[in-house]
Amino acid sequence: MTPPVLEVAGLTVTFPGAGGPVPVVRGVDYAVAPGEVLGIVGESGSGKSVTALAVMGLLPPRATMTGSVRLHGEELAGAPERRLTAVRGRTISMVFQDPLSALTPVYRVGDQIAEAIRAHRRIGAKEAERRAVELLDLVGIPSPRQRALAFPHEFSGGMRQRVMIAMAVANDPDVIICDEPTTALDVTVQAQVLEVLRTAQRETGAAIVMITHDLGVVAGLADRVLVMYAGRVVEAGRVDDVYHRARMPYTRGLLGSVPRLDGGRARLAPIDGTPPSPGALPPGCPFEPRCPAALPECREAEPPLVAAGGPGQAAACVRAAEPVADPVADPAEAAEAAGADPGTAAGRADGRPERAVVLRVDGLVKHHPLVRGAVLRRRVGTVRAVDGVTFDVREGETLGLVGESGCGKTTTLMQILELAAPQRGTIAVLGRDTARLRAGDRTAIRRDLQVVFQDPLAALDPRMTVHDILAEPLRAHGRPPGPRVRELLGLVGLEAEHAGRYPREFSGGQRQRIGIARALALEPRLVVLDEPVSALDVSIQAGVVNLLAELKERLGLSYLFVAHDLAVVRHIADRVAVMHLGRIAEIGQVDRVYAAPAHPYTQALLSAVPLPDPARERARRRILLEGDLPNPASPPSGCRFRTRCPRFTALGPAERDRCVREEPEVRLLGGDQGAACHYAERVDVM
Amino acid sequence: MVTSAERPAGAAPSAADQDAGPPSRGRVVAGRFFASWQGRAGFALLALLFALAFAGPALSRWSYTDKDFLAFLSPPSADHWFGTLQTGADVYAVTLRGMRRSLVVGLLAALLSTALAAVVGAFAGYFLGWTDRALTWVTDLLLVLPAFLILAIMSPMFSGGQWPLFVAVLALFLWMVTSKIVRGITVSLKEREFVQAARFMGVSPARIIFRHIIPNMSSLLVVDATLNVSAAILTETSLSYFGFGIQPPDVSLGTLIADGSPTAVYAPWTFWFAAGLLVVIVLAVNLAGDALRDACDPESGRSR
Repeated sequence: MTPPVLEVAGLTVTFPGAGGPVPVVRGVDYAVAPGEVLGIVGESGSGKSVTALAVMGLLPPRATMTGSVRLHGEELAGAPERRLTAVRGRTISMVFQDPLSALTPVYRVGDQIAEAIRAHRRIGAKEAERRAVELLDLVGIPSPRQRALAFPHEFSGGMRQRVMIAMAVANDPDVIICDEPTTALDVTVQAQVLEVLRTAQRETGAAIVMITHDLGVVAGLADRVLVMYAGRVVEAGRVDDVYHRARMPYTRGLLGSVPRLDGGRARLAPIDGTPPSPGALPPGCPFEPRCPAALPECREAEPPLVAAGGPGQAAACVRAAEPVADPVADPAEAAEAAGADPGTAAGRADGRPERAVVLRVDGLVKHHPLVRGAVLRRRVGTVRAVDGVTFDVREGETLGLVGESGCGKTTTLMQILELAAPQRGTIAVLGRDTARLRAGDRTAIRRDLQVVFQDPLAALDPRMTVHDILAEPLRAHGRPPGPRVRELLGLVGLEAEHAGRYPREFSGGQRQRIGIARALALEPRLVVLDEPVSALDVSIQAGVVNLLAELKERLGLSYLFVAHDLAVVRHIADRVAVMHLGRIAEIGQVDRVYAAPAHPYTQALLSAVPLPDPARERARRRILLEGDLPNPASPPSGCRFRTRCPRFTALGPAERDRCVREEPEVRLLGGDQGAACHYAERVDVM
Repeated sequence: MVTSAERPAGAAPSAADQDAGPPSRGRVVAGRFFASWQGRAGFALLALLFALAFAGPALSRWSYTDKDFLAFLSPPSADHWFGTLQTGADVYAVTLRGMRRSLVVGLLAALLSTALAAVVGAFAGYFLGWTDRALTWVTDLLLVLPAFLILAIMSPMFSGGQWPLFVAVLALFLWMVTSKIVRGITVSLKEREFVQAARFMGVSPARIIFRHIIPNMSSLLVVDATLNVSAAILTETSLSYFGFGIQPPDVSLGTLIADGSPTAVYAPWTFWFAAGLLVVIVLAVNLAGDALRDACDPESGRSR
């Protein structure tokens, strides 16, 4: 076995806090072999990013660090700054989450890469420039010679992350540390960037330390994986062992709480409670308060990481030696085994139940003028944020509206919530056309139409107590709050005693529950949910998704559920509408669309979502899209997707002509599924 | 629940939780206000000052209009607790009388001007358009008027117990700058999701302004009101110094300081009691203001 390139042993990091030092990383050990990909997964606050910063020697001065970090056997912990500078960027490099803040805005991209090269090598400016263009080509930036002269703000998020990768590999490093490199990106762009990362690794032979909270990304990319919880590694091992034969209940819980693209609509298994605060850890195993399999001895001492299960696998659990069932077995089979009714999907497949329509949007258009100049303001164009969108939501139904950022889903939502006359088209809420409403009618409709926002902290008034927040809609519609506030708190699983607290004093998941309780205060018929779970950690998200599904059943609500996470939508929605550049690309019954999407964009989206199942994830064929989303101010003629469409490139010239000239309308394909493509064809991409 | 464990002594909010009534914002803020020593000290000091100003004169046998022709400029004694002025007036009696006026004028003018600033600024920033243009025009107009001159010209109208008019005019010239800041903050607050959420829930605009916009600026407003108390008292003092403010026979701390300053060196009691009480008033207001700001702001206190 080759000696490891990077070896971390007994790493601890402590930050000073108000009530004494706060241990953020509490003894982390790992080693990475040359060319190996090590995934580090954990929820926010688990210490995974701080570990990476400690390895790079980039901790803020107030943090204290102990332990050893060896790079090729050389000790980096406590090494002089000059030595670290020589190593950073040359032997070990880092890719950050937010590429816009990691690039200097006032320098050209090519110059920044050249600078990264010349910082470590004595080569001429011309030579460095040539190398920078080569690197941009390697990471798949089209026309690299011209793009090297551009500034960072002229690049899209995905392109910037490619530039960061180019800089990271510029000096053929032996280790690349990637800290959530794709978290801020859309799913199709994430697939592109991960592909670039694979290419870069192949070219340089570097080892990669991949830090992420996305279990799917790790499943597809990593060889080995570490699971971190409360500043410690709680499980380590080969990807297959950890995913299929996890010994630590936390790992199993994490895997069980992820909504899956290939899963059915079975209830997710959330982990109870919230991660402990690093300043106030329980005395025993930090996971014990949330653990479904806790024993009395778990409370006494923190279990060490001991070898268990497969070769190289280790878990920090007193029950590590017990054999376990596979948490990521085929979810359909698992559901069947659990006695779930597999016929529900088939039962709904043939058409929608005839029920009252609560929301109808017909040909909705919203264009923003694009203006330039401060003194002489002139219109230089139009952003076609929403450009003819048609859908409806029936009573008791959930419609998932999905799409990448900038596709117009939030604009559509805001248009509905404003209850004002749209620029073109019609919106009818509960059968009332919004263009013909008077102020009194609008107030009456607002009682039946409520909203839950993405970021619960921003959507709850920080200066109001929970009681006042929940009482507000009741008071606004002239009802006494009285005991209803207690009832609402109970409905979303919070304690009534918490009514006197401020939203800040709650965890993310609890805050979102307050947001949901407020939306339900007036017993609405239609609830609009704008990315309600995307700001939450996986283990918390599952609880909120379950709550939403449960409330819908109990109260007979209809949801309009806007999300970019296709797996969550699959889990909660009855129907799904996929938006692309202000238009609907595909709409239909969830199981039909996910099983066999007809629009090439839906196919690409679905194939880009990583599955948290190593075997299936690696065996999948991906449809990678070229380039970025076109500018919504000047969309391509005819079909808006044709510039990135894999099917378009496969067509003959005569057929292509139709895509260029004629904008496709949503066409029904039999059953409850329609696609806006001239050459729609149902394909299984799972 | 991590957060509940983190709460320090946490006496007030949890006590409020146990009460029968609904834990609304007012109760929680009051609980937090009295949980801090600044709040308690500031409130106690202000209460004491008010008690002294209104009940204190009854303790002495001298009233503020009496003159003791047997003791001119005499130092503090058993007969005259704070000494006497050159005219033979009892310093204890006139100082308390002056403080009564100054306290009421200062606090009322400050509250009035801050309230005006909050309401005008928030309405201008929330509605924009014509409301904004009209209100901004009024604000700008008042900014360019020479406040001191107008107060000086109007001073004859303040005599004969017309001090409420004086308070109103004083407040009218104190609010404009704050109102411009409030307008700016409102424009940005209006875009926040919780305001949108309230709008989509069907809450009326006026209600949104009073329940969401203004409370979210409470730190600014409390600080502004605290500063305005000092500003109002000092403006009144300087106006009175020139003879334009509180008109005789009424007295205020300002007129007393003005009268006492020539004799301050060799008869310090004519000056120092009035000046000292002025300092104590401003201190008490600042303590209470600080505590109130922290009590309104859910983000503070946890880190302390």
